[in-house]
Amino acid sequence: MTAVLTVTDLSIRFGGLLAVEAMSFEVRDGEVLSLIGPNGAGKTSAFNAITGYVEPAGGRIAYLGTSLIGRTPNAIAELGVVRTFQKTSVFTGLTVFDNVMIGLHLRSRQKPIAILLGLPSVAREERELEHAARQTLQVLGLEARAEQAASALPYGELRLLEVAVALAAKPKLLLLDEPVSGMNPAETASFMKMLARIRGLGITVLLVEHDMKMVMGVSDRVICLNQGRIIASGAPAEIQRNPEVIKAYLGERYVRAHG
Amino acid sequence: MRLATYAWLAFLLSVPLWMTDLYVLHVLIITGIFMIAAMSLNLLLGYTGQLSLGHVAFFGIGAYTSSLVSLGFEVHVLPNTMVSLAAKPVWLGMLCGIVMAGLCGWVIGRISFKVRGAYFVIVTVSFAEVIRLVALNWVELTQGPMALNNIPYLRLGVPGAFEISFLRKPANYYLVLVVGIVCYVLIRRLVQSRAGRAMIALRENEPLATSVGVDVTRFLVLATVVSAAMAGAAGAIYAHYVRIVDPDVFLFIYTVTMVIMVVTGGKGTLAGPIVGGVMFGLLPEILRAAQIKPEVQWVIYGVLMILVVYFLPQGIVPAVRNWWNGRQTASDPPARGRAAAEPAT
Amino acid sequence: MDQLLQHALNALILGGTYALLGIGLTLIFGIMRVVNFTHGELYAFGAYMMYMWVMVLGANFYLALPLAVLLGVVLGGIIEIVLLRRLRGADIDTTMLVMIGAWIAMQNSEQFVWSGVAKSIDTPFPSSPLVLGAVSVSWNRLFVFVVALALIAGSYAMINRTKLGKAMRATFQDRETAALMGVKIDTIHTATFAIGSGLAAAAGALLGPVFVVYPTMGDLASLKAFAIVILGGLGSIPGATIGGFILAFMEELGAGYVSSGYRDAMGFLLIIAILLIKPTGLFAQKERIG
Repeated sequence: MTAVLTVTDLSIRFGGLLAVEAMSFEVRDGEVLSLIGPNGAGKTSAFNAITGYVEPAGGRIAYLGTSLIGRTPNAIAELGVVRTFQKTSVFTGLTVFDNVMIGLHLRSRQKPIAILLGLPSVAREERELEHAARQTLQVLGLEARAEQAASALPYGELRLLEVAVALAAKPKLLLLDEPVSGMNPAETASFMKMLARIRGLGITVLLVEHDMKMVMGVSDRVICLNQGRIIASGAPAEIQRNPEVIKAYLGERYVRAHG
Repeated sequence: MRLATYAWLAFLLSVPLWMTDLYVLHVLIITGIFMIAAMSLNLLLGYTGQLSLGHVAFFGIGAYTSSLVSLGFEVHVLPNTMVSLAAKPVWLGMLCGIVMAGLCGWVIGRISFKVRGAYFVIVTVSFAEVIRLVALNWVELTQGPMALNNIPYLRLGVPGAFEISFLRKPANYYLVLVVGIVCYVLIRRLVQSRAGRAMIALRENEPLATSVGVDVTRFLVLATVVSAAMAGAAGAIYAHYVRIVDPDVFLFIYTVTMVIMVVTGGKGTLAGPIVGGVMFGLLPEILRAAQIKPEVQWVIYGVLMILVVYFLPQGIVPAVRNWWNGRQTASDPPARGRAAAEPAT
Repeated sequence: MDQLLQHALNALILGGTYALLGIGLTLIFGIMRVVNFTHGELYAFGAYMMYMWVMVLGANFYLALPLAVLLGVVLGGIIEIVLLRRLRGADIDTTMLVMIGAWIAMQNSEQFVWSGVAKSIDTPFPSSPLVLGAVSVSWNRLFVFVVALALIAGSYAMINRTKLGKAMRATFQDRETAALMGVKIDTIHTATFAIGSGLAAAAGALLGPVFVVYPTMGDLASLKAFAIVILGGLGSIPGATIGGFILAFMEELGAGYVSSGYRDAMGFLLIIAILLIKPTGLFAQKERIG
């Protein structure tokens, strides 16, 4: 299995605080890899560094051989690496359909001059984009909501919309930041099915999540972080039994993971 | 809907044929010029969400550049070196005005990437003030407060065959109308395209926009350049209509006028600046007819703006639209093309 | 050399009042994040109040001064309560637009009441200047300098030694935590805007008698205040103070050695340069852009 994302000795600093320390891991082609760990363990910081929102203090990040460090988030998205955000992040003032249309930004290359001149190619590409938007909404089961304002969506569907927007950008590596947080068990179960569909499209997924049932259910591999460091990595079953992991989590989450 | 638009257009085209009061025509021309400037500001302030308060700089740069090119000038850039330009035809001057304004827009656009929010507001205001002070003090080039006068009027045509001269009001009215329509169409094409969606995305949620590949700098610069070039065009038309230009054209109060038009009309909507332009183009005249002093007029505008911001925060056009539709949407959604909806499978 | 000394002295004196403008705005802009376009109008208000009390109502000059400042504080408080309170939490464009509306209304009201003719204010000081060797300074300006310094020191003491100042600093650092710890954010905002406006009014009341009073005098003052705040860094009183003096020096030297017409441009060029090179200013207490 080839590694598509290689993180080596990554360190991230906030003021005096070392959020992530010498973290190294790789994400393999086609797999679903989950990052778990208590709050503040550095998971979202790692996401932010990989996708260009935060500059690491040290280390290397390479995607398919190309270094990601120093690139803007949009350049990284162009390479095929797209992320979602931990706090619900959509274009609230726009409709569901328009949200996805923005997600499709990279799929067309209309030049400003062509746009201003109103060339027929522009109209043609717009129609293609609209078609693609509808398809994306279908994959996520949101086509009925297309014309509604994003702000009118119930929470579960809002989170689906976030994934729809990210998927529209045609990622090869998708980073999902706590996608099912706040969802009820039924919503989580249907999300897991959708994740399987995303996998089927050949997309590699790097997941940050707290919901252990989901993590154990979808992941090929799991990496556990604590206080900015990796403390364990391996198949889900191994991780569940790992004493370091249990120690890091202590209590409630352990109980939840066991049913 | 189309029928209404054509009817409107026909009406607007017919105005100079029956409007004999030249003063009214003058008001319409000036209102139209401001409307074009307001539309251009709307692209930056409304659609892209950039708090640019130096817009009058682009207007004035368009006016001065066009005037200077069509008048010709001679300046000492160094004690012994002179740069001079012979007078050029007005249409060339106008083009230079548009290009120059667009260029300055490019500079501001690039700066705006580094400096955001409130600081950007201050930079843009400062920029406009510096330009005004330059226009005031570089007397050799701009005549300073003595103003550039006898600016030639626009002449278009095929030499020897025919010529249209834009000296009189009806001709200028049509010029403003045509340019206004062109600008409207250009802006509409832009905002209803991928580029427009990118600008709106940057305004609504920048981190999310960049996560799906929207290049912040590229679209901020695009918005600023188009916006500035259009404002420059408005300035150039203004210069060759009133045919006298002085540094007062850079006064902050004109930026404020444009801002008021955009905000009360509805920022981020295509119709907003037009409604705002009509309101604040005609309001001064109505108030003047009622014998109200200019200071009081401005107090009224100030209060009006505050009231609109409080009670109709999105402006008049969205408020009317919501009332019509009975629902809550903000600025224009990035509209789509004319593709028919796919049947659900 | 004498010229230079004279310019430096003028700059020192001008800088004091600029510092007042800057401190007022850095408090408002820093704590409330409001792009306060009315700051210059409070400056003009202070000057007009001096005019009204001294020239129209015949009051004593030394009494009129604190009165003008006090009225500025009150006006600032009123503006905050009436206009800004309900905009708490609105985005920055909205508050900015309201401030622009208020600025237009205020300036034109002033024009309506006092007319556009420039007014001068009589002072109790001897008209012949004090000569100190090669340089000379008018008694009026000397008075201005002394009072400005006193007010700067007072602001510094207020922010660092009083409970109110502590609460203001807390709100600046971290609003949510301050609120959780019992700081009444509403009161702090009103106090900040009132004090900041009072300082602007003080600057106007001091400079009004030195120059002349006219309705648009606030415009440049507003912009220079922003330059000073950006130069000195948001929320920093020492920064605003030093920034005020730096601006004054640049203006004086620019006017003396380059061209007096471009004097006012100094501030703006400074803003543009600083924001491009070091957007956080010289003494920023908190790293933040926009």
